[in-house]
Amino acid sequence: MNKYLYYPGCSMESSARAYAESLNAIVDQMGLVLDEIHDWNCCGATEYVGISLTPAYSLITRNLALASAQAAKQGNGTNTVVASCSACYLNLAKADHFMQERPLLGKNVNEALAAGGLHYEPGTLEIRHLLDVIINDVGLDAVSAAVTKPLKGLRVAPYLGCMVPRPDYEGRWSDHEHPMELDRLLSALGAEVIDFPLKTHCCGGHMTQISPSTAFELLGRLLHAADQYHADMMVTVCPMCQMNLDAYQNETNHALNTHYQMPVIFFTQLMGLAFGKPATELGFARNLVDTRPALSRIGVEAPAPAGPPVQPRKVKKTGLPMPSMPGHEEVHE
Amino acid sequence: MTTQPVSPLDTNPNLRFLERVSAATAGVARLEMCIQCGTCGGSCPSAADMDHTPRMLFAMIRAGLREEALRSNTPWLCVSCYHCVVRCPQEVHIPDVMYTLKSMAIEAKLYRDSVAPDFSQTFVDMVETYGRSYEFGLATRHYLKHYPLRLPGMAPMGLGMLSKKRMDITPHRIEGIDQLHAILEKAKEVEAAS
Repeated sequence: MNKYLYYPGCSMESSARAYAESLNAIVDQMGLVLDEIHDWNCCGATEYVGISLTPAYSLITRNLALASAQAAKQGNGTNTVVASCSACYLNLAKADHFMQERPLLGKNVNEALAAGGLHYEPGTLEIRHLLDVIINDVGLDAVSAAVTKPLKGLRVAPYLGCMVPRPDYEGRWSDHEHPMELDRLLSALGAEVIDFPLKTHCCGGHMTQISPSTAFELLGRLLHAADQYHADMMVTVCPMCQMNLDAYQNETNHALNTHYQMPVIFFTQLMGLAFGKPATELGFARNLVDTRPALSRIGVEAPAPAGPPVQPRKVKKTGLPMPSMPGHEEVHE
Repeated sequence: MTTQPVSPLDTNPNLRFLERVSAATAGVARLEMCIQCGTCGGSCPSAADMDHTPRMLFAMIRAGLREEALRSNTPWLCVSCYHCVVRCPQEVHIPDVMYTLKSMAIEAKLYRDSVAPDFSQTFVDMVETYGRSYEFGLATRHYLKHYPLRLPGMAPMGLGMLSKKRMDITPHRIEGIDQLHAILEKAKEVEAAS
């Protein structure tokens, strides 16, 4: 049994619910005990650091202080915090790293934390990403041993995004630009893994919100490359990448005049499938781009997309012109 | 011609701008180590949309062109991908310098386009209020203000996110919100004093 302090991050409870559900479905089999940090708060993503330094790092470090206290109180012997979200992982890791690199930051942050009765001694916790833990602590042998339904015939493009392999201050990854960890994991699941050249290129992050044309260009490059390699799906470790590529794929198609229908899923969802878990427990219905055609290639019947079926409604054309919703057909009388 | 040393009593903010940027950055920025090789701009996925490449921006900072640097759209287009960081031969903390320039531009109100600063501020407002991010509130406020014309095209996506329970209509508040408020208030005091 490997025990860890666990920082889920906000997206695991909202946009990346499929990641949380599929992780939940496989933790027991992987022998992972994830002890959630009680009452954790948002890490501030890439937004707070662009507004004010000390508050941003105090926000992040409150989580580390809580984790430290929780570990000490329970005496469970773990000092490793595992984060599943890339941005959360990087923020926690950077806070720990920079508070040591620049003691003044550490002093300021601890002065702020003291106002809430907390303290964090930088360097006392290890901050790691979930994929790192699965590869290096659980190990690929254990993963292979758990596979009951190899994903034979499924072509996948491994896509890590930026914030897990970079900047990597602790040197945990095999390469900053072309790491092989996710490829090896997916191969162990029996999938056909594409040597995806854009595996650590950027999805645009928050550009979908502040500079859509920049975002669509970057998303278009990724989708184009995956399509050129005839990938059935892209497999990612990052909630932001998944959200951008899945939820904004339609808008990207509109902007670039393309017609991609590329499913983008979390690596834990494929682990669940390979371990023989039913697709209904793994959050596949939450994808906006339909995953069913890709999964039918390996004989998996994925659940139909969740949510209420859209009933075609007849709307009389009266009053001001309004944006039309799907299923709202106008009636011309 | 010799260069006259800058008097420590000189309050012109353009002088020592590089030092100010370095001092306001999270780690050890190493900004003064930049050798102007341009690897950063060549590695940057959004350089094409930037007013200045990171290299040029760093030269401007060094030259004390404070206003020009803070008016540049470059920091706002940084996607925090860290490609430049792992390739920089001088190990300059480039994205962290960009964060510093953003916060300085906000403080001096020198940014030209308010979309990005508003988005960051709205995100932070939600986090400060609830302790967690609140995507539904963030998205509605941000899109109504800045992208009302994108809303019709995005409606199916928004409905999809709601119906697939990938976005909650109500925010989630942490238990220790008072503690968080106390911490952030103190942090802002410390920040203002430094």
